[in-house]
Amino acid sequence: MNSILEISGLRKSYGPLEVIKGVDLAMKPGEVVSIIGSSGSGKTTLLRCINLLEEFQGGDIRIDGQLIGYKTSNGKRVALPERERAKNRALTGMAFQQFNLFPHMTALGNVTLGLRKTRGMAKDEAVAVAEKWLERVGMSQRKNHYPIQLSGGQQQRVAIARAIAMNPKLMLFDEVTSALDPELVNEVLNVIQDLANDGMTMLLVTHEMRFAYQVSSKVIFMEHGVIAEEGDPKEMFHNPKSQRLAEFLGKSKFQ
Amino acid sequence: MDLSAFFVELANVWPRLLQGSIATVTVSFQAIAYGSVFGSLLGLMIFYGRMPARICGWIYLDFIRGTPVLVLMLASFYIVPLAGLGLSATGAGILALSAFCSAHVAEVFRGGLAAVPPGQAEAAKSVGLTFPKILFYVLLPQVLRQALPAWINAAVEIVKASSLLAVISVPELLLTTQQIVSRNFMNAEFYLVCGLIYFAINLTLSKFGKLVEKRLAF
Repeated sequence: MNSILEISGLRKSYGPLEVIKGVDLAMKPGEVVSIIGSSGSGKTTLLRCINLLEEFQGGDIRIDGQLIGYKTSNGKRVALPERERAKNRALTGMAFQQFNLFPHMTALGNVTLGLRKTRGMAKDEAVAVAEKWLERVGMSQRKNHYPIQLSGGQQQRVAIARAIAMNPKLMLFDEVTSALDPELVNEVLNVIQDLANDGMTMLLVTHEMRFAYQVSSKVIFMEHGVIAEEGDPKEMFHNPKSQRLAEFLGKSKFQ
Repeated sequence: MDLSAFFVELANVWPRLLQGSIATVTVSFQAIAYGSVFGSLLGLMIFYGRMPARICGWIYLDFIRGTPVLVLMLASFYIVPLAGLGLSATGAGILALSAFCSAHVAEVFRGGLAAVPPGQAEAAKSVGLTFPKILFYVLLPQVLRQALPAWINAAVEIVKASSLLAVISVPELLLTTQQIVSRNFMNAEFYLVCGLIYFAINLTLSKFGKLVEKRLAF
């Protein structure tokens, strides 16, 4: 089967500071991969590179076989024009730690914006798609509410609906529960679990170890900008090979 | 103060006062419109432009803000015609006021853009929107709401500064008042009336601003 995501030799630096130092990763359709690791290990940056929210200086990222962000012309690596990049970005959907809902639009407006202005759908069609996904994340009752009228968990569910309504090849979740009150975490995790059961290909950065253990087909442990260990979640969590992973799991109190 | 004499005189001159007020409002409105359009573009250029464009923008901004409006007005009245541009006194006044307004609006607009959290543009990018669409659908509505009070402030400043057109002989409210007073010598009375009219215009403007602000609230 073809890979949905194929990263080879990814390198990214901020000035002289290299934060991703050669990452290779492949994901098949329907796979759920969780990236764990301590802060500053490069996990969020990796996700942002895949969504082209960051420039990267080396390596290739392919989504569904399509090379994104850069091309090689006359042996030189050049950035694609913004118009192309915008299309590349729509191949993946992203949910953010801070939700980033548009405050001047209702839940429904948030979800339909991309459908109408990127996908070019007519209003009725966009609303129908948006309503379907809002229903799916349990937010159809509140589709006409503005973000400020919603709890954190509800906002995050709308944000997930906004990303997934675009029908992306791959969903990226960037620490989506980190900004939530503890009692709101589960409603969001349930939505993600539901999407996983449905066969959505997903890449998650998370600090919820128990959830990563449950939902993932593969877990990646990142450290200092490289993948330090990867494998089956049961294997990784119960018999970590490296000392560092064992320490990390010990600190995150995974039993 | 002879009240009855004042009211008789007021009954005589009110059409002129009205004319002056209309001139003030018209000139201010034009200056605010041109200044806002140009100022918004300038704000965009300073916020998103490349370094050379930004530097040009800042130089313009500092120059305009560092110069008294009266000097701008005299300069545009006496200097611009030297460049071969035929400008009426009113035209010269509007030009100077527009320049003054654009500097204020550019700063307000730039500040408004800076106040929108970066996550907004990222989320919009993430669903595949191109930059013009991100600007139009996501950023501008938020900038507008954020910047409206400061923009109304700038508009009020322009109405007040329009009184300087009197110096270049544009018969707006202040000059009209001066002409009236020079004939009837009722200085205190008619400068008070003049002040009240300015106050009424600006009060209307800020009330209108409050109304729009409420409509834009989310």
